[in-house]
Amino acid sequence: MGGSGSRLSKELLAEYQDLTFLTKQEILLAHKRFCELLPPEHRSVEESLQIRVSLEQILSLPELKANPFKERICRVFSTSPARDSLSFEDFLDLLSVFSDTATPDIKSHYAFRIFDFDDDGTLNREDLSHLVNCLTGQGEDTRLSASEMKQLIDNVSSRAGPGSQREGLGLGLKLSLPQILEESDIDRDGTINLSEFQHVISRSPDFASSFKIVL
Amino acid sequence: MSHQLKGRGEEGDRSGRRPTRKQAARAEGAAGRRGAQPGQKEPAGGSPRPGSPRRKQAEPRRHLEELGEQGRSSAERTFEGRRKRDGRASLKKQRAPPKKEKEVSRKEEMWKRPKKHRPPSLASSASGAETLSEEERARILEQVEDKKKLIATMRNKPWPMAKKLRELREAQEFVEKYEGVLGKGKGKRLYAYRMLVAKKWVKFKRDFDNFKTQCIPWEMKIKDIESHFGSSVASYFIFLRWMYGVNLVLFGLIFGLVIIPEVLMGVPYGSIPRKTVPRAEEEKAMDFSVLWDFEGYIKYSALFYGFYNNQRTIGWLRYRLPMAYFMVGVSVFGYSLMIVIRSMASNTQGSASDGESANFTFSFKMFTSWDYLIGNSETADNKYASITTSFKESIVDEQESNKEENIHLTRFLRVLANFLIICCLCGSGYLIYFVVKRSQEFSKMQNVSWYERNEVEIVMSLLGMFCPPLFETIAALENYHPRIGLKWQLGRIFALFLGNLYTFLLALMDDVHLKLSNEETIKNITHWTLFNYYNSSGWNESVPRPPLHPADVPRGSCWETAVGIEFMRLTVSDMLVTYITILLGDFLRACFVRFMNYCWCWDLEAGFPSYAEFDISGNVLGLIFNQGMIWMGSFYAPGLVGINVLRLLTSMYFQCWAVMSSNVPHERVFKASRSNNFYMGLLLLVLFLSLLPVAYTIMSLPPSFDCGPFSGKNRMYDVIQETIENDFPTFLGKIFAFLANPGLIIPAILLMFLAIYYLNSVSKSLSRANAQLRKKIQALREVEKSHKSVKGRSTAQSEDTAKDASQNATQLQLIEEGTTPHPASQNQTPDKKAQDPGTSTSASGTTLPASRHISGARPPGVRPDSGPARPQTHPWRSASGKSAQRPPQ
Repeated sequence: MGGSGSRLSKELLAEYQDLTFLTKQEILLAHKRFCELLPPEHRSVEESLQIRVSLEQILSLPELKANPFKERICRVFSTSPARDSLSFEDFLDLLSVFSDTATPDIKSHYAFRIFDFDDDGTLNREDLSHLVNCLTGQGEDTRLSASEMKQLIDNVSSRAGPGSQREGLGLGLKLSLPQILEESDIDRDGTINLSEFQHVISRSPDFASSFKIVL
Repeated sequence: MSHQLKGRGEEGDRSGRRPTRKQAARAEGAAGRRGAQPGQKEPAGGSPRPGSPRRKQAEPRRHLEELGEQGRSSAERTFEGRRKRDGRASLKKQRAPPKKEKEVSRKEEMWKRPKKHRPPSLASSASGAETLSEEERARILEQVEDKKKLIATMRNKPWPMAKKLRELREAQEFVEKYEGVLGKGKGKRLYAYRMLVAKKWVKFKRDFDNFKTQCIPWEMKIKDIESHFGSSVASYFIFLRWMYGVNLVLFGLIFGLVIIPEVLMGVPYGSIPRKTVPRAEEEKAMDFSVLWDFEGYIKYSALFYGFYNNQRTIGWLRYRLPMAYFMVGVSVFGYSLMIVIRSMASNTQGSASDGESANFTFSFKMFTSWDYLIGNSETADNKYASITTSFKESIVDEQESNKEENIHLTRFLRVLANFLIICCLCGSGYLIYFVVKRSQEFSKMQNVSWYERNEVEIVMSLLGMFCPPLFETIAALENYHPRIGLKWQLGRIFALFLGNLYTFLLALMDDVHLKLSNEETIKNITHWTLFNYYNSSGWNESVPRPPLHPADVPRGSCWETAVGIEFMRLTVSDMLVTYITILLGDFLRACFVRFMNYCWCWDLEAGFPSYAEFDISGNVLGLIFNQGMIWMGSFYAPGLVGINVLRLLTSMYFQCWAVMSSNVPHERVFKASRSNNFYMGLLLLVLFLSLLPVAYTIMSLPPSFDCGPFSGKNRMYDVIQETIENDFPTFLGKIFAFLANPGLIIPAILLMFLAIYYLNSVSKSLSRANAQLRKKIQALREVEKSHKSVKGRSTAQSEDTAKDASQNATQLQLIEEGTTPHPASQNQTPDKKAQDPGTSTSASGTTLPASRHISGARPPGVRPDSGPARPQTHPWRSASGKSAQRPPQ
């Protein structure tokens, strides 16, 4: 049952190919994998296009399992009201953005949304520290200490000055060597917005090659 | 005409909107503003988005919903069309999207670009195709083009799929409906036909792309490795696959144009001396040990240079084999150069600004350090650890950049380490020279053992195996940063390999010169033998004497074949050593660790032997040098490329298996793409270095007198001259002679130098302009910020931050694209960006409404209390007329 008998219609496939960066094989593979997540009674083509798969099931995919941003990725791509489930089309969107051929622009756009943990349209200090926590993993030994974190983020941001909203960060910082925000925050408003983010990302030699998920 | 209309329409729109806009901006809050944000990014293709009014979302929402019900019946559309012409007031309403998804949550809405709606002028066209005026036709044409562009670039838009699908269907429907309207009479049919062809072409291209991706081999294997080891290890396999592709092309070239014609049409084996095993070797020629050394029958086969005959044409096709041989040899290098440079160029295109990347080290660490391909938890743990280390390292670097411990000791140690390594390099070079010399002695002797025959290859392989770890040990003295250390290590291994290769070549060259000097005497002997044979007494004079059996003819040593055999042996032994190293070093070690761990006194897996890591740099360098040998050897041993294709094929499977079965992910994970071009650069260097000796031998050594396609000629390249003289009309020969004149070549070279100089200076000035623009952005920002912060202080904090973000986006875009003129089609959009492209003043003027989160951010040096006084004095206000219009809120 699973996948072999149920094929997407030609027209739909053509449309999906127009709208994503995926090839026909990739779309079919994605559909197959998606159907495998569904309970067996819902595996017909029509139902698989309608039904939504919960976050937990998507996260159990081996491609996403080890990713520290998996919840964020699913949330960003989910179109359901509660943002906790993915339809097949959402899933295709996800794969398209993470595919090899997607443009750096769209990749960096979604990367920004993934890193924007509070969905407010800018990367502020909380987002950045959240991001660092994601990157350093869950283990105790790999976590950065609070002061290290602060310094790191300051490197991205500190020239925002004592007047920025997060006053508390000013205190223990003896070295006024600014780091991440310092580098990326072009307009010095203490946060990184999408265009600043894309500006930085576009300079990165290896963003496009590592921002990839292949089924 | 239509442009004018539009221009006016836009004007009216703009002027009509201005009063409402500010209110709308407040009322709309985050949603509308944020909505504009994704729209800032144009697709990479650079095509402007067709008529998309970005500001529409600033409209009060209920407007849209009200109008959403207005259907698509053509009657209504015509009605609206008329209305639109009558009064500009309704224009905004018309732009309302016909359908509005209400079910989507607000949050989601924020990220969505406003829905593309039917352009207003479309309405009028629905009434009838026949009555179309020129102007309407032009407008529809434009819209159809816009829609087509939209269809083509839809995938670049960050919308959810449902929306994209709807947009796509709408646009397609539109295009289909109005395409036919365009053109009249004959033109109409032609237009329709052209559209049909275009559609078919798109479909064909898509199918072809699908086919192409299906043809790429080992996709799944590499994906498996990617998910286990991250992109760095996979990059080796991708490189290997690329190399395999290149070698397949070379193989096709050589086999198709040289080997197969020779085998099919050439004189068969045994007919002439160069194609026959000499009498002395005959009884052993089929022994495996002899064949294994590429002697015996293999030596006298089409795999090697010596087998080819110097007949100008062969077979009924009158195929010019010597000419083809020469041209293929040249085009092997030509093709390789082209493909390497092309892939280097395409690699660099992605990251054009190397100089700037130094400014963003921390941001890159933060935003781009995760490898999303990792799907294995163990690898993920390693990655976490390495990211943490790199964070900590960079913090420490930042902190202690000025602190330096005993600098003299470090310097001394580094000098010592370099001295030791240079000693190693010299030693290995001398060793190889010595061994090659000795092998020449051995080759003169009769009974040599297996070791003595293969001494050169064994020594070279052993050096390649043991020197890199030795270097690593010595490098521990230097106490470099791991990243720099890796570079040094790579450079040293490269030097080692290169030195070995060149020593080998020099020794080989000695050998060749020796053989060449003997050639004259052998030639005399051959002549003498033949002369004696035909003139000796004791033969019945009446019967003509049968020719001497080719196996009995004394012959020269054929240095070309000897060189080819050396390279062939080297390649094979290199391959075997690699495989054996993998088997012993990785697989057996992994088995030992895995199974002996149950009965051992310490933890083998975590402790001393543990599992091996995949040595990316060593493997890549090995591959590169192997390819260098192929390039060098392929001229004298056409079969070498075939062997190499087999080698790459087997090593793909073998190494894939080995890496999955017995290696563990790296502790020190370094990024793939950064080193990618580095590898390509090495490959290019090796290609160039391997081109040199081949070019030297072709240009300045005489070919052997009795073997190979060029025998009897003074130099190998004479074959070209011969072809020009005999096969081309005489005027062509004259042209070639004229072209080869130094009087023409020197100016050509000069011209190339000048071109390089010119392009270089152009790129320099461009990068300077780039830097200036960057500075300009920053200056603009700071000025604007100070202005905003001042305003923000005095106003209520009701604005959402997102608005600002979107405005900034516009501005950045503006400045980055400032120099490129915006296509006319974009003028339709009542957008700031389109209104006056290239000038940032008006755009930044619109950002004036203050936003709260800005309030605190000021450029250093502006004291908060000085705020309220500033707006009056600020140059910004007086500079921009728009901002002056704005009442201070």
